[in-house]
Amino acid sequence: MIPPIVLHGLIYGGVAAIALLTLTAWGIWFERKFAGRMQSRLGPTMVGWAGLLQPLADVLKLLQKEDLVPAQADRTLYLLSPPLTVFFTLATVAVIPFGVDVAVANLPIGVPWILAFSGLMVFPVWTAGWASANKYALLGAMRAVAQGISYEIPMLLTALVPVIFAGSMNVNEIVRWQAEHHWIALWPPGPGLFAFVIFFLSCLAEANRIPFDIPEAESELVAGVTTEYSGMRFGLFYLAEYLHTLVASAVASALFFGGWNGIFGLPDGIHWMLAKTLTLFFLITWIRWSLLRFRADQLMRICWTYLVPASLALVMISALWVHYAPQLGPMWGG
Amino acid sequence: MFWEYLPVFVMLLVAVLVAVGLFVLTSSVGPKKMTPEKAIPYEGGSETTGAEGLRLSVKFFLTAILFVVFDIEAVFLYPWAGLFSRLGWIGLVEMLVFLSVLGVTLAYAWKKGAFEWEK
Repeated sequence: MIPPIVLHGLIYGGVAAIALLTLTAWGIWFERKFAGRMQSRLGPTMVGWAGLLQPLADVLKLLQKEDLVPAQADRTLYLLSPPLTVFFTLATVAVIPFGVDVAVANLPIGVPWILAFSGLMVFPVWTAGWASANKYALLGAMRAVAQGISYEIPMLLTALVPVIFAGSMNVNEIVRWQAEHHWIALWPPGPGLFAFVIFFLSCLAEANRIPFDIPEAESELVAGVTTEYSGMRFGLFYLAEYLHTLVASAVASALFFGGWNGIFGLPDGIHWMLAKTLTLFFLITWIRWSLLRFRADQLMRICWTYLVPASLALVMISALWVHYAPQLGPMWGG
Repeated sequence: MFWEYLPVFVMLLVAVLVAVGLFVLTSSVGPKKMTPEKAIPYEGGSETTGAEGLRLSVKFFLTAILFVVFDIEAVFLYPWAGLFSRLGWIGLVEMLVFLSVLGVTLAYAWKKGAFEWEK
């Protein structure tokens, strides 16, 4: 007899992990199709209708490739890094509420949990770069770590804003508060929306997406930390990047756009969470294929001289708002 | 208390199984023909001097130290934020002072040129 809590973990955890990996695979298909259209190409068309089976073909191709380890590489760390990236990314998923009160684990420390695991992501990236014994990989890893830890500060500080308003660190409680009151990105005017913008930019930087993808700038660093990796191990890095993007979209929509809460009084549910997450994912893809990347020094300056002071100010403003104007609802009525 | 966290571990187990399964598959399906040429670093063909001797810019250490300072302060803020509405004006004043000190730290580091990456 399996205890119900284990069963809950097995079912929810298994379903969430598999659903997200599937969603990620077709997220990659979507991005390739979108990129094609942006550049007046067709994108994948050959495998399946409109190239919809392309992700499966890619996985099969990567599976058949040789798993190479360079002679000078630190074998253990080199082999361990790719699965760790996927592992840490999936761990953040555990506390995200997908439907009304539906999460793998409804933890009271939800927000710090997400931030802690996304902070741990710099370790596999660094070990991968260091263990590869390749200068491109090492330089890429150094840039990735410097960028990752810098952008974690504004991320931590802006994720505080929903916590201050909702008075809880449980992500589901934050969404519930937004369902009962208003979405944090929309009201109060200012702190909520700016906090979302800064959080979103920091997520882009943490996931190494354009315009913050200097760690894998292919024009200077070949492929950054993934230079030496082949086959499925490269595939896992690739998967982790898209998974991270998707998870960041889900977290941002839960913290700032009311997660499973429906608009215009339509019924709440998982469809809203999915719609909001995919909208943000689309936005990230759009940004990626429209903008250029920043230089390394610009990147650090944007973080430390704009985003960090701004997020400190946002925390203060939110605290003052909650203290002095807690009853002041939005003009369209709570 | 512990049982609340159990589903997370189950989920992590699923993640590990996915990763391990993929590697078992790839190592059983993929070719294994290692040659000395495949084992040299991808750096353009000439003999590598190794990546271990690479010097790190002091900027990276500075960034790391600033990260430690601000990250720990940010973590301090979380319990406060969760309890904020119940702490009243004492909580407000204390945290405004705390945040101001953080702001001064930031201004000091800025003035000292810690954020000028190109120097």
